[in-house]
Amino acid sequence: MHPARKRRIRLIVALSAAVILACALVYTSFGASDESVQPSQLTGAQPGVSYQLTGKVADGSVRERSGGVDFRVRDREGSKSVPVTYTGAVPDPFREGREVIVTVRRQGSMFVAERDSLITKCPSKFTEDTNQKS
Amino acid sequence: MDIVAALVILVAICGVAWIVSAPLRWGGERMQAEVSDRVAELRAHRDAKYREIRDAELDMQTGKLSADDHRVLDRQLRAEAMEILRELDDAER
Amino acid sequence: MATVGRALLILALVVAAYGVLASIYGARAQRPEWVASGRRAVYAVAALATGAFAILEIAFLRSDFSLSIVASHSSTTTPTFYKAAAAWSSQEGSLLLWLWLLSLWSSLVLFLTRRQLRLVAPYATAVLLGFAAFFAGLLVFKASPFQTLAMVPAEGSGLNPLLRHPSMMIHPPMLYSGYTLFAIPFAFAIGALITRQVGAADWIRSTRRFALAAWFFLGIGVMLGARWSYMELGWGGYWAWDPVENASLLPWLTGTAFLHSIMIQEKRGMLKIWNISLVLTTGILAILGTFLVRSGILDSIHAFVGSSLGGPFVVLIGTMIAGSIGLVVWRREALRSENRLDSMLSREAIFLANNLVLVGLAFVVFWGTFWPLIAEALTGSRRALGPPWFDRYTVPLAIVLVLLSGIGPLIAWRRATAANVRRNFLFPVALALLLGVVLAAFGVGSRPLALAMFVCGAFVVFAVGQEFWRGVRVRRAMTDDGPLAALLALVGRNRRRYGGYLVHVGMAVLFIGIAASTAFNATTDVRMNPGDKTTVGGYEFTYDKPTSGATFTQAGNIEKISFGAIVTIRKDGKTVASLRPERGYYPSRDASLGPVGRYFEGEATSEVGLKGGLQRDLWTAMTPNIRALQPVIDEGDKVLGAVIDELPPEEAGALLGRSLRVLIERYEAKPPAATFRFITSPMVTWLWIGALIVFGGGLIAMWPAPDAARRRATAKLAARVAEDLGRTEKRAETRTA
Repeated sequence: MHPARKRRIRLIVALSAAVILACALVYTSFGASDESVQPSQLTGAQPGVSYQLTGKVADGSVRERSGGVDFRVRDREGSKSVPVTYTGAVPDPFREGREVIVTVRRQGSMFVAERDSLITKCPSKFTEDTNQKS
Repeated sequence: MDIVAALVILVAICGVAWIVSAPLRWGGERMQAEVSDRVAELRAHRDAKYREIRDAELDMQTGKLSADDHRVLDRQLRAEAMEILRELDDAER
Repeated sequence: MATVGRALLILALVVAAYGVLASIYGARAQRPEWVASGRRAVYAVAALATGAFAILEIAFLRSDFSLSIVASHSSTTTPTFYKAAAAWSSQEGSLLLWLWLLSLWSSLVLFLTRRQLRLVAPYATAVLLGFAAFFAGLLVFKASPFQTLAMVPAEGSGLNPLLRHPSMMIHPPMLYSGYTLFAIPFAFAIGALITRQVGAADWIRSTRRFALAAWFFLGIGVMLGARWSYMELGWGGYWAWDPVENASLLPWLTGTAFLHSIMIQEKRGMLKIWNISLVLTTGILAILGTFLVRSGILDSIHAFVGSSLGGPFVVLIGTMIAGSIGLVVWRREALRSENRLDSMLSREAIFLANNLVLVGLAFVVFWGTFWPLIAEALTGSRRALGPPWFDRYTVPLAIVLVLLSGIGPLIAWRRATAANVRRNFLFPVALALLLGVVLAAFGVGSRPLALAMFVCGAFVVFAVGQEFWRGVRVRRAMTDDGPLAALLALVGRNRRRYGGYLVHVGMAVLFIGIAASTAFNATTDVRMNPGDKTTVGGYEFTYDKPTSGATFTQAGNIEKISFGAIVTIRKDGKTVASLRPERGYYPSRDASLGPVGRYFEGEATSEVGLKGGLQRDLWTAMTPNIRALQPVIDEGDKVLGAVIDELPPEEAGALLGRSLRVLIERYEAKPPAATFRFITSPMVTWLWIGALIVFGGGLIAMWPAPDAARRRATAKLAARVAEDLGRTEKRAETRTA
């Protein structure tokens, strides 16, 4: 086979493989990903569907129990909150007022968290410093 | 701002200005000497070429390069090395 | 001093801007004195950045709370080592560290190449100073580390106790060294494109060591983060596909591809477009990584909340992308390959496949990381991908990568014949397959992907072993060296090759460790009281008894209260380990929480109990149920709160100390239940060992050959080449005669 033709075939095969991989990625991304929401967006949540809930831990809402912790998550700016029951490792920085990310599924009026999916954001170090300037 | 701080800043400005403007104040010969170090460049080329020759030899000895391919490659690399050596001789003179 | 610091940064910005203009002018007008002036501007920026950084460090070490970032990130009770490191735990300090490191490496590379690369270096200087000016500009206008406070507080907030770990402190400088070092090949690539010098390999030769150093430091930074996560956080894992973790991995992946691919350009003048694209992409990803950690645009555990720096970074990254694409398209003629791929079964083809796999991995990681933003742009709602999705694609790609890293060192150049393949591959492949069969017989086949990784990893180890063996044999045939001397000489004289082979072995061991520990680990979360026991992964974990204690600061105040446990681990009745997991409580500075209560409303850290070993790790962390102690805490708050303000400080301190001691003793006497996490993780230590081998190999590859050895080698070769020269000239003479 003419070398130039061989090269073109190789290029086509390689490009096709890349395109197939890319399509596979894109296709599965929609199916495998969870919608990222804040508590106020969960009013229309469908039972059984996974959501990635972000927000702050509501003050006074943390109740520890065997194997996990129950708490409420509220909007970053706002007071609408939802109850979450979580089983798994509780991250060290977890406490009231901190920002968290947790994957939840609705069960009745409660949101059940996926095991070990609780992430507490490191308390802000890189914040806009509103302190006094000089 | 206290006087020490002001002095330090002044020294920094002067120091930076002096360092940065130095080449602009040199004469032509000093600049030439800085710029033309063809010899060093050629030496670096030569060393790299020698390494390539040795690499090719090791490749052949460990079975990564067929004897025929090595012969061709070795000849080509040595020719390139000779060329560099010739230029180096001229530059060093 | 803050004024001096700020002035130095302003001066750095001005000098950097000057240097950009001087270098470009000098290059275009062919005025070498202006080019030299531009280069010296880099040295000047390095000096100024050093000065500014020194001022910042001194402020931290002296606990000078008049500086805003010192007050918010350090305290008088912070140990000295962490005070020094706290400098870069802030946004502003970390940007200054970036500028300082960039200017240092830039000075080094420009000094080393000051008499070479006359065409390329000025533009590289301009690019590097452009980065310096960008960061200096951020430091001057948007994120000044030298902002002062109108009212100087007596005490600082202190460093987040989660960060009080040596790994965590070295992690940022390692990462930033990696990022800034990758800026150097990027800058020289831009210069080579502008001056149409991309055909020659000169710019690669001069900057290869910096690319290798960048790869080295970035890799260490990533590993330190993983190690810290495993040792310090309470979840027992080392990688979570967190966006910021991924952002540091991306340039490492493309950088690895670049380091391999340039070998092909040097040997056969091929893959030029690949190489230039890889190095430009790596530089862009390095800046992207720097940006991501401080942007807040993605939800991450490292979510250092967004600041106004996002805008400038997006502009910089956009400029880098547009400029890179434009330059590559403009110079595509000069990037044509000098040779063609002769066969798919050749080392060139394997390197190409290697490029594809690494770029594929990078694409998967990039896609998954930025998916929330892409989805939002496409559908209006944010969506997030979790670790299972990442694993689905990265695991098979990683297996192929390991396989290629074994094939690469063995396969012949240009065209591998059947005889050649048999000679080189028979032994390693046979041994690896045999191992696979044995493992499958032992039940490892239940996890096919892990088994595949074990077989491929073993193949790499056997392949590299064979290479070392053959090399030593060749050497001994030429000299009279004994085996050890031959090995040392072989590696010493071919550092890049054998250092690189060692890196492959290290990566294989690392991936074997990852595969074993992910596929075969056993994890349990269980609530226990003293005396309870549970079985995990074939080991029996017993909660023997509680422990408690306090650590004191130098001034005698209680810095941390810890509640812990003694856990005994037995297998088949024999005691294997005794671990002491703990939870530490650092007080909040908020006095309204109560003098006792504030200890449990501040930061909490986990002290992990770990028994490591080559075969498996036994890992445990615990969280006591503090709620059960709440009545005691409340009582303490009530009693103390009433009197503590009335007492003089020493008496108040003593009273608080006594109350806390009562609480601590109470914990040991009547411990509430505690939640334990127990993990048995096979061969996870191989991960860390593999990483050490990788870095050892990298060091060997980077190490410059000592002059004496080089002179000896070149002298011998010079003699032979001169002989050839003599022969050729004589032949030429006889022909013309």
